[in-house]
Amino acid sequence: MSATDLAAAGLQLRLAQLNADYARALDDDRMEEWPEFFTDPCLYVITTADNQRHGHTAGIVYADSQGMLRDRVAALRQANVYERQAYRHVVGLPAVRGEADSLVRVETAFLVVRIMRDGRMDLFATGRYLDALVDEGGALRFRERMVVCDNNRFDTLLAIPL
Amino acid sequence: MAAPESPRTWPGTGLTRVPYWVYQDEPNYRAELRHIFEGPVWNFVCLESDVARPGAFRTTFVGEMPVIVVRAEDGRINAFENRCAHRGALIALDDAGSAKHFQCVYHAWTYDLCGNLTGIAFEKGSNGRGGMPPGFRKGEHGPRKLRTASLHGLVFATLAADAPPLEAYLGDDIRVRIARVLRKPVRVLGRFVQALPNNWKLYVENVKDTYHASLLHAFFGTFRITRLTQGGGVLVSADGGHHASTTINRPEDRVSTAYRDQGIRSEREGYRLLDPTLLDGVDEFGDGIQLQILTVFPNFVLQQIQNCLAVRQVLPKGPGAMELHWTYFGFDDDDPTMQRRRLKQSNLVGPAGYVSMEDGCVGGFVQRGAAAAAQELSIVNMGGDAAESQETRATEASVRGFWKAYRRYMGY
Repeated sequence: MSATDLAAAGLQLRLAQLNADYARALDDDRMEEWPEFFTDPCLYVITTADNQRHGHTAGIVYADSQGMLRDRVAALRQANVYERQAYRHVVGLPAVRGEADSLVRVETAFLVVRIMRDGRMDLFATGRYLDALVDEGGALRFRERMVVCDNNRFDTLLAIPL
Repeated sequence: MAAPESPRTWPGTGLTRVPYWVYQDEPNYRAELRHIFEGPVWNFVCLESDVARPGAFRTTFVGEMPVIVVRAEDGRINAFENRCAHRGALIALDDAGSAKHFQCVYHAWTYDLCGNLTGIAFEKGSNGRGGMPPGFRKGEHGPRKLRTASLHGLVFATLAADAPPLEAYLGDDIRVRIARVLRKPVRVLGRFVQALPNNWKLYVENVKDTYHASLLHAFFGTFRITRLTQGGGVLVSADGGHHASTTINRPEDRVSTAYRDQGIRSEREGYRLLDPTLLDGVDEFGDGIQLQILTVFPNFVLQQIQNCLAVRQVLPKGPGAMELHWTYFGFDDDDPTMQRRRLKQSNLVGPAGYVSMEDGCVGGFVQRGAAAAAQELSIVNMGGDAAESQETRATEASVRGFWKAYRRYMGY
């Protein structure tokens, strides 16, 4: 294995670990840790493949600072009313799509299952993470995470970040 | 209009009590599709900009009826049932697109942009055999056509020949409130569908219910986007079916303690945004109205929450389910700052909206809570028993207006 291959394998392992940590933070109800996966400023948008195809820029969640991500967590914890539920994020292998100007562009498939308080379980969302990451002192962080859902239909409400 | 035959008997005559069977009963639901959605109402179907050029079409629904809305070569907007006259298959399979004509995939029967049947594959048969009988007239067959009307960039459709003209249906008060927001060409910013586990009327009532807004939605109350103690009021159309509620910002409200004094959950002391740019709104309409929510009976909502603009289309999907089709929009001449402002404020609405997410689940709470209460009555008594415009939002006047219109269409 060449040095380049080794570096690529190393990067992919770090990305996979990052996604695993991200998913566990959300699925284990440690939502307060979620903003720390991002740089500040950042861009986090939940949209759909259909909107992306048509060049529509709005998302059902749109945050461009770590503060907005923390506000989202605070609102979900303190203000918003919804039934107790949990998500299970299953994240695919990260595919590195390019590296330039210390930014790594990565595409990763995801699947999110929703578990309601009465035990009912549904497939809630599937799609792709389109990420731009930077290395901040040895830690990879999301400069940009576009959550592009395959589904254009959301059941009832989104209670936890994707 | 002639009173339709109703599958049930309405309890009492006033507007302040509503039986729960109205959200559950299958025969009543079928009657609603016939008497309301397919009756003498105007259904919102799309934006005019969705069908800007000749040939541009969108597929949607009028009640449960699949419909194609298309601009014809002559510039007119046509709407017809998305159902082949032959065997009933969908004619158009895409949400939107551009077409010179429509052809059913099943047996290649063809329709023009007015919904006229223009071609039948092998109409004369093959080698002198088969084909349609000589007496078959294409002009006598085709999907049902709807009448369309556009107003301030919105396209409405009706199946009923006896529906009043759209402007008369809306009335001047409502029309002016629509024109206030839709005053120039719009640009769509995003489309989302929210599947709600409740009867369609529970959502429409929720939108009209000015009483709940700052009680259910803690986010609203805390950040003083709308509070019942703020200025504003609710406008109810003469027939009761349409409404517009408004909130006007008043400086004196900043010191009001009415919510805290009553110990209401939505008031959260010390809850502040780390990034307040979310609420960095501007008075783009120049009238101090921070929030205007408007409904047109039976299925349309126009929303202005600060600079967050959207239309919502309510589509019934059986007695206990519905879809809410959101179209977020701005204007063609928005500068980048305004575009970004709208994108940020759209966090307030939609399936993950700081405000709207609760409207997505509260209808389901009623649907499930009242599951065994078909004969019981819900109470719609805030602000009295009339369905007239009021200078307060601590009222259920526009909800009573909904029932006034509903019962008239349904013959209850």
